[in-house]
Amino acid sequence: MTEGHVHGELWTIKELFTYPNEYIYWTVHIAVYPYITGLVAGAFVLSSLYHVLGKEELRPVAKFSLIFSFALLLIAPTPLLFHLTQPFRGYHTILTPHFYSAIAAFNLVYLSYMAIVAAEIWFAFRKFIVEQSESQTGFKRLIYKVLTLGSTDVSEKALHLDEKMIKILAAIGIPAAALLHGYVGFIFGSVKTVPLWKTPLMPFIFLMSAVISGIAVCIFTYIIGMKFAKKFICTATIRSMCNALVFFLVIAFLLEIIDIVFHAYTAEEFWGILSQVLFDRFAVKIIVIQWGLGMILPLILLILPRVDTLRAFIAASLVLMGVFMMRWDVVIGGQSMSRSFAGFMEYNLPIIPNSVEAFKEGLVAVIILLSAPFIILYFMNKIFPVFSEVFNEDDCRILTEEEKKVH
Amino acid sequence: MALTRRELLKKGLLSICGTLIPLSAFELLKPDAMASLIHPYSKKKRWAFTVDTTKCMGCGMCVKACKLENEIPFEAEVQRTWVERYVQTKKGEVIIDSPRGARYGFTKNDPQGKNIPEEEITKGFFVPKLCNHCEKPSCVQVCPVGATYKTEDGVVLVDRKWCIGCGYCINNCPYFARFFHPVHNVAEKCTWCYHRINKGMNTACADSCAFGVRKIGRLNDSESEVHKIITTKRVAVLKPEFGNEPHVFYIGLDHIVR
Repeated sequence: MTEGHVHGELWTIKELFTYPNEYIYWTVHIAVYPYITGLVAGAFVLSSLYHVLGKEELRPVAKFSLIFSFALLLIAPTPLLFHLTQPFRGYHTILTPHFYSAIAAFNLVYLSYMAIVAAEIWFAFRKFIVEQSESQTGFKRLIYKVLTLGSTDVSEKALHLDEKMIKILAAIGIPAAALLHGYVGFIFGSVKTVPLWKTPLMPFIFLMSAVISGIAVCIFTYIIGMKFAKKFICTATIRSMCNALVFFLVIAFLLEIIDIVFHAYTAEEFWGILSQVLFDRFAVKIIVIQWGLGMILPLILLILPRVDTLRAFIAASLVLMGVFMMRWDVVIGGQSMSRSFAGFMEYNLPIIPNSVEAFKEGLVAVIILLSAPFIILYFMNKIFPVFSEVFNEDDCRILTEEEKKVH
Repeated sequence: MALTRRELLKKGLLSICGTLIPLSAFELLKPDAMASLIHPYSKKKRWAFTVDTTKCMGCGMCVKACKLENEIPFEAEVQRTWVERYVQTKKGEVIIDSPRGARYGFTKNDPQGKNIPEEEITKGFFVPKLCNHCEKPSCVQVCPVGATYKTEDGVVLVDRKWCIGCGYCINNCPYFARFFHPVHNVAEKCTWCYHRINKGMNTACADSCAFGVRKIGRLNDSESEVHKIITTKRVAVLKPEFGNEPHVFYIGLDHIVR
């Protein structure tokens, strides 16, 4: 029998007493996976704020956030394939789903959510698609022809129906997005052997951090996209996104703090080792980066008066970093305390891809996965342009009550 | 008789519910489940394991035998069974270790590589560990593809051809009895030597133990030694708080055992 290699040995350093079979089995991809899924959910919620709640000032980003949400959604499950030791057997989850398992329903939740987003995009761009299928030539014409799905009616009545469908889909989409990401939180929250994960608050903590990261990534990408397209960026739009960000940021922060305070107060058997992880081994990552730089500093930046594009951009970048750190701290931090409560494990992300495993589970794969949604967005933007519409400050300022009535 | 559509739907739904409810009762009243309500140990065959920690010398022969019998690469730092050493000092400090899963045995007084004078030690003992083949195994619950399952006689197994290697079962085992097989790259665990016990043989670890620490037998067979130990001696299980109902019963367990 060949010796093979022990999965986990490459990146785990054990300290004091850990069980012999204990390694960090859920690695960086399990942090990237909820991170990207969270961005999907957050970006979708942002677009729904315009479609459902009628936040008129968000009109310039409504289509963009929808398309970006889809680009992110396409990549969301790929970290899992990188993580599996038998990636080519991934389809078994569809062939024999074992529904007692919290992750078996992922395909269903994921695909139904994707159907909602795809349908909403189609309705939102239908008029544009029909127009393009007539004005474009060659290959592009063919693409748009196919995308019309045979529906070329752009009469006033048909467009009105489109609007109605978008509203309905966006309204269904909000609970679906909440379900998608709350469900990801549940996958962690239900692992009863990891004290840091096992809390019924987990789905809500994940959901709120998803929303803040999704709004932040939209602010971040929209500003970059518009700067590249040399288009005007409405301050009212940015401010409105920042307001939403502040609102969810406060809730996310409170939930995370309540969780820790609760653990400290009840001080169960594992609190001794958990507090060592929180206040010693992960102190910089959790307290300084995740909370300090990722939540409190952006909160201060955004609640100070006269938010401008630059400040919004900085705050959004900080939130993005903070939420990634949160995913990392939950996944790696949770596993870093031995389940014997008598030892620790340290995780070293493989950097140089000198073996299949070091590539698959290492930094290179992470960079590929995290940049993929932006590349997809670039190509989707060629077909569904989201940075081309020109707005001026008057288009997207917050309407007064009387104007709303007229609208 | 003329039926309106509304009535048809109403009656249709009623009759579907009406048939479903009694059918679901059959599930509740499965003979096995009823038997287990009456007898604490149901009459069906159920394997169980006992470990007498008071007899363990820490020679590690069981770990060695297991590795060879079940073809886990010998030098790989993963094992289906292992032995832990517990040392408590006068200061109340507890030192635990299991170097190389104890497959070479404990040959020196050097817990965690520390040299502790013998007069400082208040108590020290060994605890062999293996899969607990739980009655409610969380690993089986969480497998997304049903590749790991519990047999009729209570043994938890993995289908190497179907496992996708997500590691969810490994993370959900309170005992860390699971790991990835270094060669097959799928979840791997102790099978209580299912291939042997089904032929009336002992597990490899029980056979190789010179001190009679490990025993396997039928939980509900009044003739089996395991049954006698569990019903007459004071035994305990590891981490009962997880609700998995583990079926490895320990004699001489201590509160410092993790």
